[in-house]
Parts: sequence; structure tokens; C-alpha cells
Amino acid sequence: MLAGKQTWIFENKPCIISSATVGGPFEAKCTIKDDFDFLFGDLYCGEDSFEKAEIKMLEKACEIAMNKAELKNDDIQFFLSGDLINQIISSSFTARTLAIPYLGIYGACSTSMEGIALAALMVDTGFADYVMAATSSHNAASEKQYRYPTEYGAQKPPTAQWTVTGAGAVILSTEGKGPKVTSATIGKVIDNGISDPFNMGAAMAPAAADTIEKHFKETGLDFDYYDFIATGDLGRVGHKIVIDLLGQKGIHLPQDKFSDCGMMIYSPDQQVFAGGSGCACAAVMTYGHFFNKMRKGKIKRLLVIATGALLSPMSYQQNESIPSIAHAVSFEM
Amino acid sequence: MEKILFAFIVGGLICVIGQILMDGFRLTPAHTMVTLVVIGAIAGGLGLYEPLVKFAGAGATVPISSFGNSLVKGALKEAKDTGFIGVLTGIFEITSAGISSAILFGFLASVVFKPKG
Repeated sequence: MLAGKQTWIFENKPCIISSATVGGPFEAKCTIKDDFDFLFGDLYCGEDSFEKAEIKMLEKACEIAMNKAELKNDDIQFFLSGDLINQIISSSFTARTLAIPYLGIYGACSTSMEGIALAALMVDTGFADYVMAATSSHNAASEKQYRYPTEYGAQKPPTAQWTVTGAGAVILSTEGKGPKVTSATIGKVIDNGISDPFNMGAAMAPAAADTIEKHFKETGLDFDYYDFIATGDLGRVGHKIVIDLLGQKGIHLPQDKFSDCGMMIYSPDQQVFAGGSGCACAAVMTYGHFFNKMRKGKIKRLLVIATGALLSPMSYQQNESIPSIAHAVSFEM
Repeated sequence: MEKILFAFIVGGLICVIGQILMDGFRLTPAHTMVTLVVIGAIAGGLGLYEPLVKFAGAGATVPISSFGNSLVKGALKEAKDTGFIGVLTGIFEITSAGISSAILFGFLASVVFKPKG
């Protein structure tokens, strides 16, 4: 059902019947290391290149998700996936292995929630029985593509963020025991003129504020309805900005229940500047940590607003600013 | 002892200029490098870089601004000897050792150590 202009209320409450998260060696030391299903000890994951490593991680996440749900490739009607690599090859090559009808999506770091929103739509409307949504990112592959290869050793300012090396996959169905997807607010592209790719938090905060405002307005929910609200990867810089922006709109979210996946994922002794980012940031925090908490009964109502910076290396070189987007999905146990 | 101190200060200040270009003016590392080379070239062409080298020694020759100075020095020297065409034939005269070494040693280092991210 459509609520307002950009929110879907899922009356049949599609269920996350299984979720899987995979991480790299740096993630093996992060705050949510125990929530991962699998951790690779080497950034190459035993492959020749970082891009191949990312494919391997995404395939691993999908494989674990399917094993947990006791489903085979043939049982799943659709596979939705996206990532940061050019032409989303991590997703396409994983889809090749899976041989499930595939829809490639791109939302930069908001892909995790974009995927779940679309998967939930398919299941809720009866257009699919089982849908798998996945996403991945790889620190070295992203650095090579968007900024500089890591061996170049270029300096980074304190507003820069650390792309999470990891992958997350979820399988949605009509019935099940897991967290249920209750609504999704699809974001609009917002561009406030920030053009510094080393300060994505500032670029994405306006998009997060806009989607959060629309979500509460169109669902009619109170600001303290959710037990926890997390943005994807605004980082320390973006988090402060979004609180200000929301304040200007008259929205004051309870501070002890409002945080950001990028701020939460890495421990203080892991030097990640303003925090984590990448498609896998919101994905591993949500599909791993938050869903585990929900399954244990510690969180009953969760809102995740994944944020994405929709720039390309080319757009930056052509002096364009960074348009951003945020997709919000609500989960209830 | 004084020479070492001046080398330290001048070399450090040139690096501070580079850092300001990156942090303040938001230039990329590549643009910063090129700017410093061009500043060195212009200073060299105006005869201002040689006195700095005399004063600060390695503090002026090690930073990349001296590369710009050497490019211009080579071009002007050859132009003086062989005419206008010397600007083209002489520009890499002084810097050829540095460029060749960078390529050769960079290559050897990567073959031996196979640097990866």
C-alpha cells in the first residue's frame, strides 16, 4: 500500500527468513566481530585481485544465507544486488554463479535498504515467494576506483571514511520467524552542493534528513516509536549534521536511540577517521548485528536509513557536486 | 651545523606550503605536486631558486620544487648554447638522471618487493 508519495506500507509483512554477513581481516577486529557468519583472514580472500575477492565475499554471503534457510538456488525467484564496483560486476558475477533471475541495483551505500525495500515489495504483492537481496563492498577495490590505490599512500583528511570490506545477504519470504519488513520510504536524490569526496557524511546528511522527515510524516508514527534508528554511513561528521538538519525541521529523535552504522561498526582503536562506509557498512550492521539483537528480543522496532553518495570518479573530476540518496526500511519483530 | 638547521627549516617550509595546498586549497596530491614544480620552475627562471639552494642546501634541492628549477635551468642553459631550439632539447638535460633513476629503481623495487595494497 502506498502511504503519501514515497512510502510503502507492507501489509503482509514480508519476513527476513535468513541473513548472512561476511567480513575481511579488519572487520575481524571491529565492534560487531561476533555477529559475522564468516570472516576472511586475508584482504584478497585467496583471489588474484580485490575485485575477485569482493565477488567471493558476496557469493559466500549468499551461500550462507541460502544454507541457513535450507533453500537451493532454484527455490529463489529473484536475486537483487548492487555494489560499488564499476558496472556492479561484483553483483553480476555473483548472479552468474547463482543462476537466479537477477536485477542489478545501484544505490551506492544505500543499496542494502534499496534491495530489501524492493524484495519486500515483490514478496508483499505476491510476485515472488522467495527473494534474496545482497550487497558488498571492499576497501581496497573502492579506494582504487574512487580515490587512489592504497599502496600509493595518499593522505586523508579527518572527514574521510573507511570503506567496509564485507558482504551481506538476506532472504525474504511471506512466512517465517525472523524480523518482518513493515514499511519502506524510498528517497529522493538530494544535492546541497557538497563536492568533496573525502567528506561524504556532509554530502549525504541532507538526503538522510529528507527521507527521515518523509518517513515519519507519511507513516504518521511518533518519533519515539522505534527502539532504535540508525543511518547507514553518515559517520561522525554527517551524524552531527543530520541532527542539526532534523532539528531545523522540528524533528528531535531520542539521542540514545539514534546512531549511525558507520560510527558504530569500528572500535575506537581502529583508525577510521570519521567512521565506516560502503555498501557493506549498513548491510553487516543491519543484517548481522541488529537482526541478531531483534532475534534475541533486545530490539522490537528498528528503522534503518541507508545513505548513498551517488558520485562517480568521473563526475568528481568534472567538478560536479555529490548528489545523495537515503532509503529507509522499518523492521519489526 | 647551521647548514643542517637551514636545510631543515627551508625543506620543512616547502612541505608546509604543499600541505596548505592540499588541506586549505583542497588540491589533489597530483595537483599539489605540479603546483610545487611550477613554482620552482618560475622561481628558477627568475633566478630566485639558486640563492635558496646556496642558503639551504638539500632543504631546497630535495623537495620537488627543485625539479621545476632544474627543468628551467637545463632549458635556459641549452638555449644559451644552441639557440631557441635549446629550450626543447635541454629541458630534461639536468633532470634526466633523476627521472631515469626514479623509473629504474621504482621498477626494481616493485619486481623485488611486489608491493600490493
